[in-house]
Amino acid sequence: MSVADPGPELIQLLTPEGERVDHPDYSLELTDGEYRDLYRDLVLVRRIDLEATALQRQGELGIWASLLGQEAAQIGSGRAMAPQDMAFPTYREHAVGYCKGVDPLKMLGLFRGVDQGSWDPRESNFHLYTIVIGAQCLHATGYAMGIQKDGKVGGDDGEAVIAYFGDGATSQGDVNEAFIWASVFEAPVVFFCQNNQYAISEPLERQTRVPLYRRAAGFGFPGVRVDGNDVLATLAVTRAALDRARQGEGPTLVEAYTYRMGAHTTSDDPTRYRIASEVEAWKLKDPIERVRSFLHKQQLVDEAFLAEVEAEADALAARLRAGCLAMPDPAPSAIFDHVYADGSPELDAQRESFARYLSRFEEAGTDAR
Amino acid sequence: MPAETLTLAKALNTGLRTALERDPKVLVMGEDVGKLGGVFRVTDGLQKDFGEDRVIDTPLGESAIIGTAIGLALRGYRPVCEIQFDGFVYPAYDQIVSQLAKMHYRSQGRLRMPIVVRIPFGGGIGAVEHHSESPEAYFAHTAGLKVVACSNPADAHWMIRQAIASDDPIVFLEPKRRYWEKAPVDPDAEPYPLFASRVLREGTDCTVVAYGPMVRTALDAATASANEGGRSLEVVDLRSLSPLDLGPVFASVRKTGRLVVVHEAPGNLGLGSEVAARVQEECFYSLESPVLRVGGFDTPYPPARLEEEYLPDLDRLLDAVDRTYAY
Ligand SMILES: Cc1ncc(C[n+]2csc(CCOP(=O)(O)OP(=O)(O)O)c2C)c(N)n1
Repeated sequence: MSVADPGPELIQLLTPEGERVDHPDYSLELTDGEYRDLYRDLVLVRRIDLEATALQRQGELGIWASLLGQEAAQIGSGRAMAPQDMAFPTYREHAVGYCKGVDPLKMLGLFRGVDQGSWDPRESNFHLYTIVIGAQCLHATGYAMGIQKDGKVGGDDGEAVIAYFGDGATSQGDVNEAFIWASVFEAPVVFFCQNNQYAISEPLERQTRVPLYRRAAGFGFPGVRVDGNDVLATLAVTRAALDRARQGEGPTLVEAYTYRMGAHTTSDDPTRYRIASEVEAWKLKDPIERVRSFLHKQQLVDEAFLAEVEAEADALAARLRAGCLAMPDPAPSAIFDHVYADGSPELDAQRESFARYLSRFEEAGTDAR
Repeated sequence: MPAETLTLAKALNTGLRTALERDPKVLVMGEDVGKLGGVFRVTDGLQKDFGEDRVIDTPLGESAIIGTAIGLALRGYRPVCEIQFDGFVYPAYDQIVSQLAKMHYRSQGRLRMPIVVRIPFGGGIGAVEHHSESPEAYFAHTAGLKVVACSNPADAHWMIRQAIASDDPIVFLEPKRRYWEKAPVDPDAEPYPLFASRVLREGTDCTVVAYGPMVRTALDAATASANEGGRSLEVVDLRSLSPLDLGPVFASVRKTGRLVVVHEAPGNLGLGSEVAARVQEECFYSLESPVLRVGGFDTPYPPARLEEEYLPDLDRLLDAVDRTYAY
């Protein structure tokens, strides 16, 4: 069996055809309304993503890292979190940010080049994006150690942490060190790996000879592989892992088995390293389609509801577009802001000297350059 | 082969190709360098022609790329490692600074480390954070490493070949925003020495020292200055950042009496500081003004929409030249 084959251990509660199936270890009871909410989430985050991709094509964003195909992995895990749980994302977890209540418009700033994350991680419990592969897994582990020291584990109201990373990241030293630390200290952290099968051009086989979830055993904590295109299974599995952490039972590795439907980022050309038929095969496992067919079969939705969700997505996209276009470029002096908590006289002098330099162009009525 | 007009990226590619052809011990390794040909296509087509054994898509891990390259070098190979972007070299910093740089010294010269660490560096491409950094001073500060920066296609082609042929570990900096600039490359020409600086444009009023991406800026500034009937600038491309070859800079400063050093990296303890110190030691009586440095500000690299303000440009360079006349 190739490592890229999901295998029988794949946890699934909703098949690609929209059939609800049972799993001995993971059950999930949702109300009709909760099913509809998940569908709505999935549709909205896909629309955020499509709109951002369009904005990049039109030159409004410098680059965009699309989550297309990974909506269920992100919504399932994002909705599994309690408000007090802390998430440490990579650069692709826009849907998790959405679940944590971060305005999607704010998530565009980094990609537009106006800031490096403008939301307050303390308010949203959604840390800033981390672009350096794997680094955030250690931050998540340390944060979880802090929760422990604060005595916030061991009850239902405990706190837990979730660290997001990709299949490529599992080769990085920081990620493996995070596994060790979390294990040794029994830190309340869930390692949530979205195995989307590629690290830019490199397929999973370049990173591992064993299914990723099995790595956890060697570090001394449980690992599970969930169908990352199944929002229900991802929700159930992540919730269980978070609860385990919250109760003081230590870390879990969740491998969400999924697929990156688009390019790595808008700068990438996937036709150079993967074949169209592979992408076509994964289209049949679309995370949203299966929920829609389930809802239809169960007669949980009518056309009016679906139209309402579409309209909401349209409105969200329009708001994003308008907000993005209206995002001002930062003032040149912003270069010098926030370098130090306590400031620096040297830097203040540089700021002033640069301001004087710029004002000479203004007096001369010309632009610099 | 006749001279061909190539982009800087393609000139590197043909240089790597020649090295792979001529020495079976040469390996190319890094993230996405094989099938994809690198995110900047510098290694395009090499895996197809030299096989997966010699052009290696590595697992994701910079420390491991350099650490295993050291092991391969111990077995007689000559690895050329690609770090995908400047900001991602730091996970490998320990392997580079503590292991790679010191192996020859510690082994009393028994162990050679013919490893090239290629790093696309510098800003100006509108990228997100960690993709626009100038880490050269960290490496130039490390004894045992050599550090070079190419600025144009012909140098790119030759310098990568020379770096691969060298038995010392070399951090090879590629000016990523100049990857698409074109110039003729003659693969049969007599190459300029690798560790030598070079006067690219002669002038009489002020010397401008630059390297990597700022060389084009310096040349443009010299042209603009001449066209405006202004000052005549002499431009020196440093090329080798460690060891420094300052003979041509001293000679130039003795002629012009003025010096401006420019780089994208922050000014504080940057290469410009070393050049300025040595020039005042050697050329004190020739100097008409203090040596001035133009660099990035002493801040983290800012979001892309601020990089035009952050990066030294023609105006800031010419402003510094003007200031050397204010003394
Ligand atoms: C330390 C480091 N090295 C290299 C890169 C360049 N890079 C960006 S994304 C990426 C691949 C990541 O793959 P994976 O972890 O599977 O996540 P995905 O992007 O597929 O979600 C690489 C090599 C980086 N960002 N950080």
